Amino acid sequence: MITASLNAYLILSAVLFAIGFLGVLIRRNTLVIYMCLELMLVAATLALVAFSHYNRTIDGDVFVFFILTVAAAEVAVGLAIIVALFRQRQTIEVDQHDALKN
Amino acid sequence: MNHLLFSFFACLTGIAALGVILSRNTVNAAMCLLLCLGGVAGLFVRLDAFLLAFLLLLVYAGAVIALFLFIIMLLDVRGQQRPSPRGLKQTAGLIAGAVLLAAVVGFIARLESQGGTAGSAPVGASLKLYADQLFTVYLLPVQVIGFLLLIAMLGAIALSRRTPPAA
Repeated sequence: MITASLNAYLILSAVLFAIGFLGVLIRRNTLVIYMCLELMLVAATLALVAFSHYNRTIDGDVFVFFILTVAAAEVAVGLAIIVALFRQRQTIEVDQHDALKN
Repeated sequence: MNHLLFSFFACLTGIAALGVILSRNTVNAAMCLLLCLGGVAGLFVRLDAFLLAFLLLLVYAGAVIALFLFIIMLLDVRGQQRPSPRGLKQTAGLIAGAVLLAAVVGFIARLESQGGTAGSAPVGASLKLYADQLFTVYLLPVQVIGFLLLIAMLGAIALSRRTPPAA
């Protein structure tokens, strides 16, 4: 059975993670930064599923299940925090959230 | 055929991920994220993780993206993003991302040159096997995750109250 090798999946996962990392660093919109965090989580899950598949175990898949749950909880709380911040400061640009500066 | 499918989903995922970080409009970024997740779900199917592909679409595409769109509409901040200055921060971000990518890909390439990964034989992660693992080996993590979800729900409710309690 000819399949794409594990390395292909790992490289794709690394590319996805790097894109998400780049997005966190260069974007200033809090919501987009949050989406990039999700992108990095998904990249990690892709690597886990690929490892799990090629090693013929199920542990990686089960771990991805937990990651999905934690990500859902994280999004709920994080978006609530963003809404609370927006109420306080009327902006979601990270540059404007400088209350602790100096 | 198999390789073609992988290439298709990989390209879809990569391009959509680039769209997330490059699009000006936040709604477009959310839609690109949705596309990216669809591509990843396709890759999961190719890796015989059908349940995870379904869960990814259900939880991420169904719940998380919908939540993002709701928040975007609620805050109504579209088009306010000024064109970002090509400053020190952007350059630093580009360099850091490139270095990370080069490091990881270099590491993987070195693994390959050492003759690492063997061929595959799919282990269909069947639902029965999955449930068996969840309720035996991973019983405690499942409980902890359930508790975490409860705490997250309480936290979200507490955060979104209009008048914060005078702590």
